[in-house]
Amino acid sequence: MNIQPPVKVFKRKAKPRTLADQNKNMENQELEERFQEKVDAELKIEPKDWMPEKYRKTLVRQISQHAHSEVVGMLPEGNWIGRAPSLKRKAILLAKVQDEAGHGLYLYSAAETLGTTREKTVEDLLSGKAKYSSIFNYPTLTWADIGAVGWLVDGAAIMNQVMLCRTSYGPYARAMVRICKEESFHQRQGYEIMSVLSKGTPEQLEMAQDALNRWWWPSLMMFGPSDAESPNSAASMKWKIKRQSNDELRQIFIDRTVQQAEVIGLTIPDPDLKWNEEAKKYAWGTIDWTEFNNVVAGNGPCNKERLVARNKAHDEGAWVREAAMAYAAKKAKQKAA
Amino acid sequence: MSENPNNWPLWEVFIQSKRGLDHKHVGSLHAPDARLAIENARDVYTRRQEGNSIWVVPANAISASQPDDAEMFFDPADDKTYRHPTFYSIPEGAKYI
Repeated sequence: MNIQPPVKVFKRKAKPRTLADQNKNMENQELEERFQEKVDAELKIEPKDWMPEKYRKTLVRQISQHAHSEVVGMLPEGNWIGRAPSLKRKAILLAKVQDEAGHGLYLYSAAETLGTTREKTVEDLLSGKAKYSSIFNYPTLTWADIGAVGWLVDGAAIMNQVMLCRTSYGPYARAMVRICKEESFHQRQGYEIMSVLSKGTPEQLEMAQDALNRWWWPSLMMFGPSDAESPNSAASMKWKIKRQSNDELRQIFIDRTVQQAEVIGLTIPDPDLKWNEEAKKYAWGTIDWTEFNNVVAGNGPCNKERLVARNKAHDEGAWVREAAMAYAAKKAKQKAA
Repeated sequence: MSENPNNWPLWEVFIQSKRGLDHKHVGSLHAPDARLAIENARDVYTRRQEGNSIWVVPANAISASQPDDAEMFFDPADDKTYRHPTFYSIPEGAKYI
């Protein structure tokens, strides 16, 4: 439950030897051992449980980044709502973008259970201090990009999110279960767009292939650096925040997606892609991490545009937030009178 | 709660998925008042007919037990196994009991 600081708690003061008192005397190490035992026993950690400071920090960073990604993720897709090729596609895209807003909100709530305020979290996004998934710094140039984003970007996100349904922090896991239920429509609608385009005119097929070419590698980057280069991963695995490594998830995504591309007659833009019969998985090329680091550092094609758009929306919504509070205050006063 | 008076307070959201079932906590959201909290909860938590009824409660109105005390707090229930039907031995052959 998201009941954080403003909660009244009945402390049992009279008892001389409560567990709370014992905790105070315990070394941090002992607390940490008990925490780890809980995690190892697959007991979820809940907001008011003791947790290592690093665990809390890691979660706050990860959950708020995740929330920001959902929110910023609305921008590249929103770009096509007014230009969707049919009313059906427009309604679907609207519903999808609305879902992304919802997902952002579930996640912001989960982050708040860790003692951060919504205000601070949003502020960090708007000031550029907080990160969000780099994939949303790429532009959506054609309608096929909406297909590619749903199929590949949501597809890659789902791999990660299915794993996170079993993450050790209760509120995060619960938000993920809700998100995963909604997410598979996102991936399927994207794949359907690609499938329809690939069966269309030669120009439409070309458009679908072009979108795949541009989105393939950035989608693989979404899983993060390779395990060897990912220093925070070990702690996250030990605490069961993460349960599968970046490379494991990336490989499963590739194995699944290559088959899906074949079905609709599109070609994965990787000359090194080759089925390894012995290992029962694809061997594939090398990710250009220079590009990834460059986009993370703020130099992707749309980094600036995204932040400007978020700030503009936030600033232009200020009067609505203020008016709603003023109205609520007036009503409360009338009721009291 | 934040210092800025224009920031909307936090509400906990409970949803009854079907008539006859209980309201279940689903998450939280920010809203200026109860009416908008309910409308926002509809948009955030029931986009796929997940709900038949919504309750919203100001988060700061909820009181909770202490997780640190949980063991001791719930301990008295531990040694009263006679509260469970399996505690009792029933003669063989007795039916519907």
